[in-house]
Amino acid sequence: MSSDNGQSECPHIIAVLVDNEPGVLARVIGLFSGRGYNIESLTVSEVDVARGLSRITVVTSGTEMVIEQIKAQLGRLVPVHDVHDLTIEGPHLERELALIKIKNSGDSRIEALRLADMFRARAIDSTLESFVFELTGSPRKINAFIDLMVALGEIEVCRGGVVSIARGAKLDMPMSVDVSR
Amino acid sequence: MPARKSQTRKSVAQMTGAAVILKALQDQDVDVVFGYPGGAVLPIYDELFKTNAVRHILVRHEQAAVHAAEGYARSTGKTGVVLVTSGPGATNAVTGLTDALMDSIPVVCLTGQVPTHLIGNDAFQEADTTGITRPCTKHNYLVKHSEDLADVMHEAFYVAANGRPGPVVIDLPKDILFADAPYFSPKNVRPCAYKPQVKGDRGSLERAVELIANAKRPIFYGGGGLINSGPRASELFTEFVRLTGYPATLTLMGLGALPASDRHFLGMLGMHGTYEANLAMHNADVMVNIGARFDDRVTGRLDAFSPKAAKIHVDIDPSSINKNVYVDLPIIGDAETVLEEMLQIWKEKGCRTDGAALAEWWDHIDVWRDRKCLSFTQKEKIIKPQYAIKRLFEMTRDRDVYITTEVGQHQMWAAQYFGFEEPHRWMTSGGLGTMGYGLPSAMGAQAADPGSPVIDIAGEASFLMNMQELSTISQYKLPVKAFIVNNQWMGMVRQWQELIHGGRYSESYTDSLPDFIGLAEAFGGVGLIAECVDDLDRVINEMINTDNFVLADIRVAQEENCFPMIPSGAAHYEMLMGPEDRAGHKTSDQGLVLV
Repeated sequence: MSSDNGQSECPHIIAVLVDNEPGVLARVIGLFSGRGYNIESLTVSEVDVARGLSRITVVTSGTEMVIEQIKAQLGRLVPVHDVHDLTIEGPHLERELALIKIKNSGDSRIEALRLADMFRARAIDSTLESFVFELTGSPRKINAFIDLMVALGEIEVCRGGVVSIARGAKLDMPMSVDVSR
Repeated sequence: MPARKSQTRKSVAQMTGAAVILKALQDQDVDVVFGYPGGAVLPIYDELFKTNAVRHILVRHEQAAVHAAEGYARSTGKTGVVLVTSGPGATNAVTGLTDALMDSIPVVCLTGQVPTHLIGNDAFQEADTTGITRPCTKHNYLVKHSEDLADVMHEAFYVAANGRPGPVVIDLPKDILFADAPYFSPKNVRPCAYKPQVKGDRGSLERAVELIANAKRPIFYGGGGLINSGPRASELFTEFVRLTGYPATLTLMGLGALPASDRHFLGMLGMHGTYEANLAMHNADVMVNIGARFDDRVTGRLDAFSPKAAKIHVDIDPSSINKNVYVDLPIIGDAETVLEEMLQIWKEKGCRTDGAALAEWWDHIDVWRDRKCLSFTQKEKIIKPQYAIKRLFEMTRDRDVYITTEVGQHQMWAAQYFGFEEPHRWMTSGGLGTMGYGLPSAMGAQAADPGSPVIDIAGEASFLMNMQELSTISQYKLPVKAFIVNNQWMGMVRQWQELIHGGRYSESYTDSLPDFIGLAEAFGGVGLIAECVDDLDRVINEMINTDNFVLADIRVAQEENCFPMIPSGAAHYEMLMGPEDRAGHKTSDQGLVLV
């Protein structure tokens, strides 16, 4: 019978299956800004062409009461079909894609390439004074790689945001079978 | 995005978009539309003219159209319908839509839009209506393909009325209104993903019934969800209250769900609720909230809100659960269905209440009741506002009266002194607190039921906000009565300035008021004035017996404040009972920032 004062905030990954219709992303983002919730990362893409469904992955943080509120608020939007809190529902995979451009020269260039190899980042573009690395992994791994690159030259970063799916054989949001494909 | 697939279904016929809209309105059983024409909706008005299929009430401002639709919806239980043009038509409707969202009123609002090829070009009377109304509607649509139109029309009515009701906007580009479009009947529409949970979880219901039966100091706390669920929910609520013999309180939105004359009714709770209702909430050991949302006007200071109660919360909207107040037993479902299920379990299990504990609880409550927190004395010639409303109630008791209000002191006094025996008789802007709500809302209720008395209990300041509707009222011969509790102040603003801002009455005096008799007559109505207490009964009598619309200017004591009052940031047990209580009170710093 107490409010949530003093409860700690922790990040949650929330997967939302929505109708792929105009304005649906604005609806979700507007809900977060209008009610003062955080968005740490957001990705969206169509995942089921036959049914016209998109999957939104939101990383947000808040107390337990706020996270429950976010899920309930998402769930009552008309174009929302399903909401899953991957963080509390069990083991899940979490991946992010990053493109990192580094501009440097001399030994730093060789060191950057060596570190990239250790992180399994691929050099997908190169000039005599720069590389573009492609790296996939958990956000923590990408942060670690960026921290190292910063020390080795001028860098530019583009990150795709977190995508996530539960481990195991259970399908939370199964894709429809489109016979016409 | 491609148009939604509709090849698999047989449409009734191919017609213009405008004709599809009219046909859908008829199939949705719409008998009246509140609207205002303009360039972008001309094809719909043309269709209206040609078919004469739906009654149209021409308002004088789009905000009033939405409030009228709300008044219609709240008095009938049906969905209210609004038709406005693009740009300013749509933006003017925004206040009404927000009001309907906050109070969960089912409204479908059709807005015109510039043709699809001009959207985004800053065309004449273009506004991003779906963008603007996204946060103030339950859902909205922009129809970009005429083959979607029939589906969207029917889905909008479904979404507006089902689950927690709310306003839905359909934005209609002008080319869609001219285009050929297939018509599908309501039975033949594409499926909608929105399926609110109506039935409560059986296990939770059983635990709830057990908690209720074993309570020593129980309280029922009912809200607008009871009204929205339909009259049967109020009947079942009343049955449950009487069966258990437990005390019950209602929110501002819930008034009428339990007859005010019922001995179990403790009055409204909250900021201007009764002493007995608030203290019962504070001391209860089991609270049964049905269809209320723990609004800040109700709870007062959250950390001191009903600290000892195990809380059961029945709500159709999962996002209302644990939003403000953590509850022990949430039940998601429709009030009527859940009450039916609870009563059935109660009877199946042969539940009994704890008679001794209950008698002791009522003894406590009776002591609080004996404080007579709503008492006042009408000694002098000048009319006390409380007395004016009390007399209005007493003199209209034998009639089936519909009451609307504006927002402010008069609204709270109406809630305190006007007793409602039935649901759907009380229409007030609770969540948004929209001044100017009452007159157009009364207009909508009167349009739905021309034979019953509809009275707008108004403040003079609020009344001025939508008084252009006198023209509409006059045109359609709607015999609305405006009972203007005139203290020449924005009373609630003045009250807060007195209590919290050291009596510095900044801009709260309503200067340059019109002569209300002259105003009524200018629009072809009847104006009355009560300047002292001896005039009051005569004016009320004349007002309710006049067939025409009436403005009754009731001149009341200017400095009267609305009590009891839980000051902002205070708890239920820290009520101010009247002016004499004020000396010892100082609003906390946290309280000062609250509205």
